[in-house]
Amino acid sequence: MSSKIVNQGHDTSIKLFSRAWFFQEKSLLALLFLIVVVSIISPNFFSVDNMLNTLRQTSVNAIIAVGMTMVIITAGIDLSVGAVLALTGAFAASMIGMEVNVFIAVSITLVAGLLLGAMSGIIVAHGKVQPFIATLVTMTALRGATLVFTDGRPISTGYTENADMFSWLGTGYLFYVPVPVWIMALIFATGWYLLNHTRTGRNIYALGGNEDATRLSGINVNRVKIIVYSLCGLTAAIASIIITARLSSAQPTAGLGYELDAIAAVVLGGTSLMGGRGRIMGTLIGALIIGFLNNALNLLDVSSYYQMLAKASVILLAVIVDNRNK
Amino acid sequence: MQPILKLENIEKSFPSVKALDRVCLNVYPGRVMALVGENGAGKSTLMKVIAGIYQHDAGQIEYFGERVRFTGPKDSQNQGISIIHQELNLIQELSIAENIYLGRVPTRFGKIQWQTLYADVELLLKRLNIKYHPRTRLADLSIGEQQMVEIAKALSFKSKVIIMDEPTDALTDTETQSLFQVIRQLIEQGQAIVYISHRLKEIFEICDDVTIFRDGKFIEEKPVTELTEDIIIEKMVGRSLQEQFPRVEIDLGNVCFQVKNLSGKGVNNVSFSLRSGEILGFSGLMGAGRTELMKLIYGDETKFSGSFILEANPLQICTPKDALNAGIAYVSEDRKTEGLVLGMTVKENMTLSNLAAFCTASGRIEHTREQSAVQKFIDLFLIKTPSKNQIVKNLSGGNQQKVAIAKSVMKQPKVLILDEPTRGVDVGARQEIYHLINRFRKEGMAIILISSDMPEILGMSDRVLVMCSGKISGEFSRVEANQERLMAAAVGKAIGEIE
Repeated sequence: MSSKIVNQGHDTSIKLFSRAWFFQEKSLLALLFLIVVVSIISPNFFSVDNMLNTLRQTSVNAIIAVGMTMVIITAGIDLSVGAVLALTGAFAASMIGMEVNVFIAVSITLVAGLLLGAMSGIIVAHGKVQPFIATLVTMTALRGATLVFTDGRPISTGYTENADMFSWLGTGYLFYVPVPVWIMALIFATGWYLLNHTRTGRNIYALGGNEDATRLSGINVNRVKIIVYSLCGLTAAIASIIITARLSSAQPTAGLGYELDAIAAVVLGGTSLMGGRGRIMGTLIGALIIGFLNNALNLLDVSSYYQMLAKASVILLAVIVDNRNK
Repeated sequence: MQPILKLENIEKSFPSVKALDRVCLNVYPGRVMALVGENGAGKSTLMKVIAGIYQHDAGQIEYFGERVRFTGPKDSQNQGISIIHQELNLIQELSIAENIYLGRVPTRFGKIQWQTLYADVELLLKRLNIKYHPRTRLADLSIGEQQMVEIAKALSFKSKVIIMDEPTDALTDTETQSLFQVIRQLIEQGQAIVYISHRLKEIFEICDDVTIFRDGKFIEEKPVTELTEDIIIEKMVGRSLQEQFPRVEIDLGNVCFQVKNLSGKGVNNVSFSLRSGEILGFSGLMGAGRTELMKLIYGDETKFSGSFILEANPLQICTPKDALNAGIAYVSEDRKTEGLVLGMTVKENMTLSNLAAFCTASGRIEHTREQSAVQKFIDLFLIKTPSKNQIVKNLSGGNQQKVAIAKSVMKQPKVLILDEPTRGVDVGARQEIYHLINRFRKEGMAIILISSDMPEILGMSDRVLVMCSGKISGEFSRVEANQERLMAAAVGKAIGEIE
């Protein structure tokens, strides 16, 4: 009787599937296209050193974008990541400066990031405040807190052996690959596993797809919200360790505008701001496109003023093309 | 009689699917044409062709004797064809008048001519017997009244043809009656109406002719006087339906669930008990507090007072999670906004409530175990889906409903609350859902069935409770219950309210 429905459904599923692949391929294609074109124009571009260098530069944004992807899949947004990064970076630098053991200092910094993220999550979940407003508030508050904590001055990690060990996290190499790149790979693998193979991941998609239905399915939606914002804070703290270690100091204004770069990477990766849809590997490609574009523009000696214009155009174009396909 | 609008041999294909295969539809002035068919029969596709959203591949449309092709919704509307969709296209925060003249308010030098606007709208509202001021905010109107505003909007376009898609789905019986009054009035004024509905009773009440579609094909057009309900169902489904409500007699078990003096928002001091294997029907008008009552039981709303006893144990329920863990499951009346995550797959929706059962202690999903459980339920529930990984949005209403029920049943509840389980579900799937309900009761599940479809309540329930303004206003055994008694209790003219 309803064989037609079934056929139609089947057809759509194939279409959805192929469309998803098409887009993923397309963003991958865009990335490869970018790499090929720049390689031709600038001979310095396509070298192992430059590639690894670019990956390292991309790692900070990419890592934050992992947390941002989860938040955005729940139909939320986190504007506070840059501020979390600045404050946790200041924590890390001052602890290292006080010669706290690297392992302990890093652990405390990560927990701090988790808790700062949880704060946004609690405001969103229990305060019933819209994510945009809630994280605008935490962003402003944490920026203020950072300035109070640092007194507006950079905090150096000092010149101890401890500080050298710490700086390895940002500057070191492991098997010829920069440590931040390893960290980035680890975070993406973990994020992918969490979203695709755990109950929490399933609940994150469900919450973004339909909050009422998720609640009525017996899922504690407030808990899921607090989890995603906490994880987002955690990824910001991980990024802060890389930056602080690399510079051997924490800047009070670190991470300004990083929230927007992370959102751009997520959106370029095909994740919907409406929630319920998105893939972590898309975000990786999105972050790489932004990273390689920045690198290419630098190599091509484009003034940093024009770089922003170029970046904006690329993002706009990508999102419009993506919408066309929907 | 010459039809105003005549569609002949319309064909429309989508990749790999022929949605419309030489279908015909005639719309006569001063008559109501019913268009019936199961979900997926092609009704909506044809509507979209008429509205100009889709362009037909073959066939022709004649409108006032001329061959036409509508280029878009605006085009067809300007030519006098209005479609009132199931989901109303109105803006809640604007006034009645602004809604009716949205995008074409009379202006002078850019300033809105409020006087003219309100005067025009007032005339329209008077024609439809709506007693609201045109400035009333739409959100202050009931769904039934909002529907009337849609009709007023159609009239404001001087429509010759008005197409109504499932107009009574969200209406109470009184609202339905006043809608019918308006339809009769429009007919007298020579308007032509196409009436799409699943509710066959209504078709016999209001329609003059019936057009039947099945699987994208035109089956028949006949005056309603030459048809019976059974014949229509037979032609829609393509096979005869022995009984509408397949009942299974069983011996009821012991009392397994009790609600005592429950009060909350919209619910006033309700007590009842439920035996295992029993189907307890809840009847009443829309807004009588049935859904509110169920949401209190399910822990989605906070109760003011009252208690629950499940299998002799007192029960604390504060959230849906508590209820599910205790063994009470609720299938919402609104599967699109409350029942399912439409963008997720069949599999993901089905295991949403019970995912923990398919996870390791660390929270890792064991995919193979999940998949085999889902496949079992797809087979058991006869869910028509190309795969477990089909997005639920792409299934028909009946299959979506089955997924929603499967989700709740997967948790193996002791009490299953089904809120309007067959709303928007086609006849064939309806039968299958009734069979499922019977199967659950045989397994000893206690079932609460809420329905505004009175024959359904009468046909399926062992016992019927009627609610009116938040209270239980009548209780009837299967033998005592009939339409008149339920109706009387529903409007509060009860055989004594049970306090």
